[in-house]
Amino acid sequence: MVKIAHLIPLFPFLAFVVNILFGRRLKGASAWVSVLASGVSLALSVVVYQGLLAGQGPYDLGKWLTINGLPIHFGVSVDSLSVMMLLVVTIVGTLIQIYSIGYMHGDPRYSRYFAYISFFMASMLGLVLADNFLMVYIFWEGVGLCSYLLIAFWFERPAAAKAGMKAFITTRIGDTGFLLGIFLLFIATKTIYFSDLSHIVPMVGSEWMLTAAALLIFCGAVGKSAQFPLHVWLPDAMEGPTAVSALIHAATMVAAGVYLVARTYSLFVLNSFCLETVAVIGGISALMAASIATVNNDIKRVLAYSTISQLGLMMLGLGVGGYSAGTFHLMTHAFFKALLFLCAGSVIHAVHTQDIQKMGGLLSKMKVTGTAFIIGTLALAGVPPFAGFWSKDEILLAAFQSGHPFLFGVAVLTSFLTAFYMSRLIFLVLFGKPRSSLHAHESPKTMTIPLMVLSFFAVFVGLLGSPLTHHAFQNFIFFGAPSVEEGQASGAMMMFSTVLSLSGIGLAYVVYIVGNKILPVNIRARFAPFDQLLLNKYHFDEIYDAVFVRPCLKLCDLFSQFDRIVVDGMVNGTARVVQWFSAVLRPLQTGLVQHYLLIQFLGVIVLILTVMGKLCFRF
Amino acid sequence: MIPLDYFVVLGAVLFCIGIFGVLTRRNVIGVLISIELILNAANINLVAFNRYLGTPDGLGQIFAIFVIAIAAIASVVGLVLIIAIYRNGKSVFLDHFNLMKW
Repeated sequence: MVKIAHLIPLFPFLAFVVNILFGRRLKGASAWVSVLASGVSLALSVVVYQGLLAGQGPYDLGKWLTINGLPIHFGVSVDSLSVMMLLVVTIVGTLIQIYSIGYMHGDPRYSRYFAYISFFMASMLGLVLADNFLMVYIFWEGVGLCSYLLIAFWFERPAAAKAGMKAFITTRIGDTGFLLGIFLLFIATKTIYFSDLSHIVPMVGSEWMLTAAALLIFCGAVGKSAQFPLHVWLPDAMEGPTAVSALIHAATMVAAGVYLVARTYSLFVLNSFCLETVAVIGGISALMAASIATVNNDIKRVLAYSTISQLGLMMLGLGVGGYSAGTFHLMTHAFFKALLFLCAGSVIHAVHTQDIQKMGGLLSKMKVTGTAFIIGTLALAGVPPFAGFWSKDEILLAAFQSGHPFLFGVAVLTSFLTAFYMSRLIFLVLFGKPRSSLHAHESPKTMTIPLMVLSFFAVFVGLLGSPLTHHAFQNFIFFGAPSVEEGQASGAMMMFSTVLSLSGIGLAYVVYIVGNKILPVNIRARFAPFDQLLLNKYHFDEIYDAVFVRPCLKLCDLFSQFDRIVVDGMVNGTARVVQWFSAVLRPLQTGLVQHYLLIQFLGVIVLILTVMGKLCFRF
Repeated sequence: MIPLDYFVVLGAVLFCIGIFGVLTRRNVIGVLISIELILNAANINLVAFNRYLGTPDGLGQIFAIFVIAIAAIASVVGLVLIIAIYRNGKSVFLDHFNLMKW
């Protein structure tokens, strides 16, 4: 067996180094450096996948350092979960980089963009392959940094710069919890390896420590996956280039939170309270974000809220014990959400606006993009046999079997709303008549080919986990934890979720196509207060602003006053005392040589007198 | 033989005149001359003590010759400096040069 898994993150990292150092000289070629690197990673991932099927497992690259007598190794985790993530990240990442060639064409910081993207790929792949908390945390911060850099990529726009900071600070709150969780876990169990989690035995009286550690680690996941209450950064992150939104803020990085929960699932299974927390947080995020998405008018923000909602659904799936359901949805979602974002990017590229109220009738002008958009929508809405159907069905089933009627209700309502808002989006963008003068045109080949490939995945990737292939995915990813029952998709549930999706689409059709312009306005007027609440995103930004941001700024102001008056005062005061003394002593320095000589002479006389005096007193 | 005291007093007087000149002359050339006086006061003492103590190989006298030679060199350097100062400041008066002030 060849051990090559650790080379996978290395190639994008090399591409990053090349692009950051020689990007200016490479110009257009820098894109191909990145694409080539991630293509190599993709090929290696496939090899690793085959190695895994042939029985290869995790391996060790050697000792890194020793902390408190505990050796920490560079371990490479090769198992079904990480290999699945490897394939998803490299496939989606490569396609999106190809797409970026067209999308970022003519940008003044073209090579810088590809350098960041490559660094992101390297960090994300490292995160997936890490086998202990310490390394995960390092790469976790790496992807966070790339997210910040890429959201604020067009930092000339104040909104983008602000959004970057918002994302960085908000996720940092979660990351702090994550770090504390790692510490606590280490104190309680003396290990940081994922492989040890499945057989940790909590010391008597320290069970609470493990529970607290699990919840703190979940904090990190909440921040990264933009779950309630730390979800506010993701919609603003849409200020970045659309290809970045597709790669980082839809398909891969935000899924890292879900991945982390899946990776440390043994820890959550220990205590049903932890699992319930995960499920409830996921449920709240799913429903809240889905409801906001139904009224938002920004094509990218609708998709951003949809991402929050779908990540919430994954969390809910994991929380109710559907380990394979959650991870399966993570995989399918990565493909069709990346597809949807790239379609949105293609649309924005064509019409130069993000307001869906100004679009309409684009299908006839952008055939490839439009078709791909419809495929992505059907996949997200959960229409059989598209990818989203199979995975969403699994989650619904897991929620149903878990015996939490409330969570099941949330999942059902979210699925319905998902079908509704996605249909609304395509009805407003692709169908009907243009609502403003748009000169739409199809995007270049580098952008449409990734759309086609992703469409293929969005249609067929779900079949991996369907009864048609005897749940190949679920058997592949199976998590052998106690108390978790793997569900088999039942016929009734499939019927139910199909009806759910179709009714959502039907409702959107009635409201936005049949009802055309009058019906939506009427409905909105009818439920005006609720409509306002949704338009204002439940006032989360305002509340956070009032409760956290402004008091924090006040405090900073206070500290800056303290710094200016007390600290600076002390320093300046010292300087002033010295200045005052020197003003007294300064006249001694006349600059005239003869004065100095006189003083020197007097000094010699004093010396002589002293010596003579001593001699006299002795005798 | 003239007693040693005479020489010592002469040396002391010359030395004091020299010091007085160095400290009070405005003219740099005057200061230079005064420095020569101080050196020669020392020379007188060297020669006188050599003779009085009867040092066999004339160590003090040789020393005095050395001092004279080095004093000549010192005056050369001093004069060069004076010329430089004069060219720079169009003056040879010491109180015109207080550049070493803060």
